[in-house]
Amino acid sequence: MPFRLLKFALSKDHPEPRMFRQPDRLKSSYDAVIIGGGGHGLAAAYYLARDHDMKNIAVLEKGYIGGGNTGRNTTIIRSNYLTPEGVKFYDESVRLWQDLSQDFDLNLFYSNRGHFTLAHTDASLRTMRWRAEVNKHFGIDSELVDPAEVQKACPMMDMTCGGHAPILGALYHAPGSIARHDAVAWGYGRGADLRGVEIHQQTEVLGIQIESDRVTGIETSHGTISTPRVLCAVAGSTPRILDLVGLRSPIYIHPLQAMVSEPMKPWLDPIIVSGSLHVYVSQTARGELVMGASLDPYELHSTRSTLDFAEGLAAHMLELFPFLSHVKVVRQWAGMADMTPDFAPIMGKTSIEGFYLDSGWGTWGFKATPVCGKTMAYTVAHDRNHDLIEDFSLSRFENYELVGEKGAASVGH
Amino acid sequence: MKLMTCPVNGARSISEFVCAGEVRPIPDPNTTNDLAWGAFVFHCNGAAGIKQEWWCHTPSDTWFIAERNTQTDEILRTYLWGEVA
Ligand SMILES: Cc1cc2nc3c(=O)[nH]c(=O)nc-3n(C[C@H](O)[C@H](O)[C@H](O)COP(=O)(O)OP(=O)(O)OC[C@H]3O[C@@H](n4cnc5c(N)ncnc54)[C@H](O)[C@@H]3O)c2cc1C
Repeated sequence: MPFRLLKFALSKDHPEPRMFRQPDRLKSSYDAVIIGGGGHGLAAAYYLARDHDMKNIAVLEKGYIGGGNTGRNTTIIRSNYLTPEGVKFYDESVRLWQDLSQDFDLNLFYSNRGHFTLAHTDASLRTMRWRAEVNKHFGIDSELVDPAEVQKACPMMDMTCGGHAPILGALYHAPGSIARHDAVAWGYGRGADLRGVEIHQQTEVLGIQIESDRVTGIETSHGTISTPRVLCAVAGSTPRILDLVGLRSPIYIHPLQAMVSEPMKPWLDPIIVSGSLHVYVSQTARGELVMGASLDPYELHSTRSTLDFAEGLAAHMLELFPFLSHVKVVRQWAGMADMTPDFAPIMGKTSIEGFYLDSGWGTWGFKATPVCGKTMAYTVAHDRNHDLIEDFSLSRFENYELVGEKGAASVGH
Repeated sequence: MKLMTCPVNGARSISEFVCAGEVRPIPDPNTTNDLAWGAFVFHCNGAAGIKQEWWCHTPSDTWFIAERNTQTDEILRTYLWGEVA
């Protein structure tokens, strides 16, 4: 047993400094309140305090920080999306990731692996060629590769998938990476806390006070506070919060499940995604395979897991990697994904003054955590949408200006 | 295995069914304005609760309505359109 752990067990007080303070009570007013202590909410708090000098801020989290989709996601980071709006936005995020560990002085285990999206049909090869061209146009490292190259990067893969879905090629994205999700929430949380932001866990938002279309305050499980600005970053709970302020949106909630295997010696370096087989997989630094598939098929506001999912995903994994047949699954879980019809987020100002949204991140929002924090902080501080999120506003649906990211976001996240 | 009861074929595995969203009135396309039409096409009642939804039993192509709790996934009842008011 490490000595530090022993010291920990024998000490009466907490021998290690906490990652952040635990303020015991809410103040009566704040300059801004952020609902949701996931990566997005904490990142927005961090950049508000660091770049916009707003420090009288509270982050309210009904559970514990990172306990929502941030701590449940499979951590794939990439920028090879399909639309120009999307590609620009995600590329900025991938750039921001590069020096986050230094920024936080915390190891995020950011690990650059390379990302293959497999094509099993001519039609998907065609979409990939299109994606590669859009990506290259914006200077993103993305190309179509042939089966030999896929096999070289991943010699353990059955290139015929049991004979029925031969791999015809792949979209290869060299910057594709994974990172430690909890550390991202902690890093942003600690950074915000150090700059004076208050993080209140176990504090649920129950109501939002609005007077003549303007936010004036918030009702929480620990009392009422007044504030002129509220940022809602609650992922799977977005429709509930929108109900509180009387806004309608196209967001619908489906569970997204995932599972991990027991740890193995490293054998899988890149991230592998197959849309046709509904499976994606990467191997963590600990040796576990992190596996996921597509969304559950119907609306549900719950994080239950199903045997159907585990069976289906395992069957598809075995088509790609038959040698895994003896490997055990050790955990399975779900998160509530806030889906939009065009697979693009809903961000920015709303028709209620002082009420800002960072939502609709569905199954693909972890990679966007840094850029969402940055652009939402700007939007809240200046009461003006940041240029990069202009196309993602809630009003795009009323104006029939959808973004159309489905082809690049549905299974691959 | 989760079961759903098709009003015509009886209890079947949930994997035989697809959900087509909440039952709601459609505005008259000839008289409505763009804003209301956009709201109908895109916006939905996304919060959790007991909802009436269109479902289809795909092998028999039977469309019907299910009353379901979208927080607990409990299916309260299923019936053909017009059968129960
Ligand atoms: C299984 C799975 C796999 C995924 N894989 C990927 C991937 O590989 N790559 C990728 O980029 N993205 C992925 N995603 C998506 C990604 O996880 C999310 O888009 C992202 O983490 C959202 O972060 P967030 O901070 O907005 O939300 P969350 O982390 O969910 O935080 C929202 C917080 O709000 C709190 N909250 C809710 N209601 C209230 C209230 N009334 N009062 C106070 N607090 C409240 C919740 O408790 C929660 O902690 C995946 C998601 C899932 C579920």
